[in-house]
Amino acid sequence: MQKLWDNYRYLFFRRFTQISLLVLYFGANAWGWNVLMGNLSSSLILGVIPMSDPYAALQMLMAGAVLSIDLLIGVGVATLFYLLIGGRAFCSWVCPINMITDAANYLRRKLEIDRVQTVKQPASRNIRYWVLGLSLVISFIMGVTAFEFISPISMVHRGIIFGIGFGWAAMLIIFLFDLFVLKNGWCGHICPLGGFYSLLGKFSLIKVHHSEENCTLCMKCKDVCPEKQVLYMIGKKSLPILSGECTNCARCIEVCDDDALRFSIRELALKRKTGE
Amino acid sequence: MSENRPEIKKKNKKQPISDRRRFILNMARGAGIATIGGFMWSAYIDEVTASELVLRPPGALKEDDFLKTCIKCGLCVEACPYDTLLLAKPGDNKPLGTPYFIPRDVPCYMCPDIPCVPVCPTGALDEASVTTDGVLDINISDMGVAVVDDESCIAFWGIQCDACYRACPILGTAITIEYEKNTRTGKHAFMKPIVHADACTGCGMCEHACVTEKPAIFVLPRENATGEAGSYYIKGWDKEDEKRLEDAGEIKTVTEISKESAMDSLNGSLEDLY
Repeated sequence: MQKLWDNYRYLFFRRFTQISLLVLYFGANAWGWNVLMGNLSSSLILGVIPMSDPYAALQMLMAGAVLSIDLLIGVGVATLFYLLIGGRAFCSWVCPINMITDAANYLRRKLEIDRVQTVKQPASRNIRYWVLGLSLVISFIMGVTAFEFISPISMVHRGIIFGIGFGWAAMLIIFLFDLFVLKNGWCGHICPLGGFYSLLGKFSLIKVHHSEENCTLCMKCKDVCPEKQVLYMIGKKSLPILSGECTNCARCIEVCDDDALRFSIRELALKRKTGE
Repeated sequence: MSENRPEIKKKNKKQPISDRRRFILNMARGAGIATIGGFMWSAYIDEVTASELVLRPPGALKEDDFLKTCIKCGLCVEACPYDTLLLAKPGDNKPLGTPYFIPRDVPCYMCPDIPCVPVCPTGALDEASVTTDGVLDINISDMGVAVVDDESCIAFWGIQCDACYRACPILGTAITIEYEKNTRTGKHAFMKPIVHADACTGCGMCEHACVTEKPAIFVLPRENATGEAGSYYIKGWDKEDEKRLEDAGEIKTVTEISKESAMDSLNGSLEDLY
């Protein structure tokens, strides 16, 4: 039981957070709760604090919309929040798509699909930055928020709160894509929102730190990590994981039996590295 | 020269591609694929935002501006006490995630405090457009215009029905009943509902109340329900309407002949006769 807790505590907290947020959002529409109103595009916390998607606001800016004060405050709050806890903490702790892609990834590992696919991962993880750039160009040319009209994230999230329609098809597409086409396909390669938060996360405060002296090279961390490339230093060097592409999901921390990975505040980790 | 070619080819095959070439080719590939994706993406967006017959909440900006400003958060939907407003979901064939309403199902009940408008974080629902003298005023909102189909409206058949008139929250102004002699029977009167587009807010309570199987009075976005005379015509003997032409520009056509004045042009051409 202790072992189960040790190995899945963060996963449990993440699922708890993801589902609680969905319940709170759902309750706001269904029963008029005012803890968390709106959706991930723009919310109102306790009826007072606004929080808005900075990427959506950026598209609005490109599309030529006039940004209101309320929106800018909301964007500021969200940006500060994710600068604090890690940009892509959004991806692993908040985004509802995470549960779908984690499920696909889990099944992929259990079915050993990677052993059937002989070709190495055929796509670059930089696609997301191309999609990010493209979304801004299209927003500018078409005068609408380009990604917001195709985003499966908001489709699913809105669907859960306001009625799903054919939104389930978006969920299924992403699940099948990640399961059969490309490992970590959506979240790790394509999603421009993840790309946006990767860029933001470069400067964020909370990071995972690796201590090489404790590492036994079991590579369990690389096995569970959805963004393996950020763990390049495992068993080689004691370094904080500074890449913004790390989602701070903490799966690596909990599967490590040797205490070679843990959360740390960025500055402390850097200081420890340079010897106080 | 041509004899050397096969050698070069062979050499190229063995040699690894230079970093510079790899970089340039990868960039070209990225740009090419981005172009394919970009056009498909743009085409899709052009299609999904082309939906015209969408009724927006009160205070909504003009459709073009609305589509770029609405962040699709649904706060207006949650604020609506009558569950009038819906967020477009996949399958609704409306711009995805934007708020709209179907008056035949649930019309806008025109709350005096307009709870859906002030909650909008982006100003896509513009408070100023529904404010008179610093006070929210739902009666000046413009969600659309009601249109009567006089073929299916039973009041135009001579049956006494004023359901839409009674349902109208600004009855007597937005809808009036006009009496007219029924020449078909010669003995009765028509009591026809007439919509006054300048006062109608498009709330759709008339459409909701209409007794016919498919409503004979229905709301369309103002853009779709109205025409425009342009600046070629004015109402005669109407000083107000004449003002419309004060800013009208002159359309001047310049051709080879009209370079000179008309008189010169006519006189000038006479030279050819001699």
